[in-house]
Amino acid sequence: MPLVFTLAFRNLFHDRLRFIATVIGIVFSIVLVTVQMGLYLGFGRTVTTMIDHASADLWIMPQGTKCFEDPSLLDMRERYRALAVNGVAEAIPVVIGFADWRMPSGATTPVFVIGSDLRAGGLQPWNVVEGQIEALSTPRAVAVDRSYFDRLGISGIGATAEIRQQLVRVAVVTNGIRSFTTTPFVFMDIDRARAHTGVPSGKATFLLVRLSPNTDKAAVRRQLLSNISDVEVLTPAEFRERSRTFWLFSTGAGAALFAGALLGVIVGTVIVAQTLYSSTKEHLTEFATLRAIGSSRRYIYAVIVCQALLNAIIGFSIAAIIGETIVQLTAATALPIVITQGLMIGLFLLTVVMCIGSAMAAIVQVTRIDPAIVFSR
Amino acid sequence: MTYPLLEAVKVAKDLGSGAAKVAALKGVSLTLNGGELTLLMGPSGSGKTTLLSILGCMLTPTAGTVRVCGHSTTGADPEDLALLRREHIGFVFQSFHLFPTLSAADNVRLALDVRGERSGSAKAKSREALARVGLPHKIKAFPGELSGGEQQRVAIARAIVGNPSIVLADEPTAALDGENGQAVMKILAGIAREQGRAVLIVTHDPRLLPFADRVVHIEDGRIVREECRGAKLQ
Repeated sequence: MPLVFTLAFRNLFHDRLRFIATVIGIVFSIVLVTVQMGLYLGFGRTVTTMIDHASADLWIMPQGTKCFEDPSLLDMRERYRALAVNGVAEAIPVVIGFADWRMPSGATTPVFVIGSDLRAGGLQPWNVVEGQIEALSTPRAVAVDRSYFDRLGISGIGATAEIRQQLVRVAVVTNGIRSFTTTPFVFMDIDRARAHTGVPSGKATFLLVRLSPNTDKAAVRRQLLSNISDVEVLTPAEFRERSRTFWLFSTGAGAALFAGALLGVIVGTVIVAQTLYSSTKEHLTEFATLRAIGSSRRYIYAVIVCQALLNAIIGFSIAAIIGETIVQLTAATALPIVITQGLMIGLFLLTVVMCIGSAMAAIVQVTRIDPAIVFSR
Repeated sequence: MTYPLLEAVKVAKDLGSGAAKVAALKGVSLTLNGGELTLLMGPSGSGKTTLLSILGCMLTPTAGTVRVCGHSTTGADPEDLALLRREHIGFVFQSFHLFPTLSAADNVRLALDVRGERSGSAKAKSREALARVGLPHKIKAFPGELSGGEQQRVAIARAIVGNPSIVLADEPTAALDGENGQAVMKILAGIAREQGRAVLIVTHDPRLLPFADRVVHIEDGRIVREECRGAKLQ
């Protein structure tokens, strides 16, 4: 084993209390960054859930639409203009909007209504665990997620409630379709959705465009934009990015998450820097001895950087285990923490950079070391 | 035959600045020869440690020149000085300065490791050096498990393992009892005479005089007297 590593390892474990304090600091810092970045990723995914599950090659929406939840309206005449474009196979209207759900007890709670043409299947509920999608065609039928049963005051299939003084009946139950706003989603046929949200019959929020096979998407998009005025035509990827950008950056949510992550990095850097600095100070005579017997500065830096890397590897490993546990615990919540392979690699590099950056104060201290102090100590 | 390995010519050193400036050395000239053990003696504050630091390439003189195995230290930067120490000088300190978390063998190997010698032969050389100072059985012992005399012998092994031409020792017997002090001095004398190295020992202890080939007395930053005692010099 190289002596540089042995020295670093022994220096680190020589004072166990300080080592434990350092590792706790790194773990605290990295778990905080993991949670913040995991929330960022989770939030980014959750806000695009509906776009991800819609069956569309292109989305037509009113000009200036910020996100999926934006209830601006299109005229249904645009649908026929879209269908007139060569290469457009279908243009499926979707209606969204907020409404009040009145429980049998008389209490009310807001819900987010999503209605689409059930025959065309533009945006239908998924992860169905009770009932059949076809049942949504029956009068007053709606689909809700079972995680919202308590919130909606219902117990399952057959339960009834009122939206806008009109009776609805739960015909389909899903699992895991949760909203980051915590407002329950209620799926239904588009005509009932219009009635429950007050959207006029000649209007829709989006048109989901499906293209004929082997159609040039860019050409169709250009043609749609020239045929229809005051609309935007986005690919699902573009709409996802727009929704994500709106929720994460226009609302300040993303900034708050990044600020939390930055705080974690700062706390971790300060803790590691402080402990490495005091460890170096305690071993100053040893470093002076190394210098006296002719070691280069680089050799001493290698010892300190090696200590920092050991801190990083041990601290990150523990933080990764805790992070994975948090991911499991939040998997079924409205805002799951998501850790991707890329995030893990990024966090490891961040830990290494943080620990090596923290070693700078110690390195500066050693740079000024006078080897002649070995004669006076 | 003796031959000069370290030469200091008219070395002066000022310490501090402004009103606190002190002339620690005032034109000291000294030559250390291979195969010779030299004692540097003088009262506290006479400039012994400053001279040792300059001869050991840890300090640069304010005036005068120092040549180590033919290399001048004039204008050398700290890394150049470290290279000179690494290549030509071994050190033995009063308080040993062993690494408490490393075994005796690893403490010795450190002197080779800083020179970039990391092959299996470095381990063999470390064991050999420990055997030379009479500690072949203490290879795995940590400093805390060794007596003061044994620790100083490990420090001597560390000083000689890199085969330096010059060994500088600062009060090597001050922390030892008489018996261990004599044992350490026998080893240092052997290093000078049998291996042809220049050994300089800074000491207050008159009991070391019988081991010296030459005694240099320093007072108030000046060499005031030199005695030749060894048979080799006569």
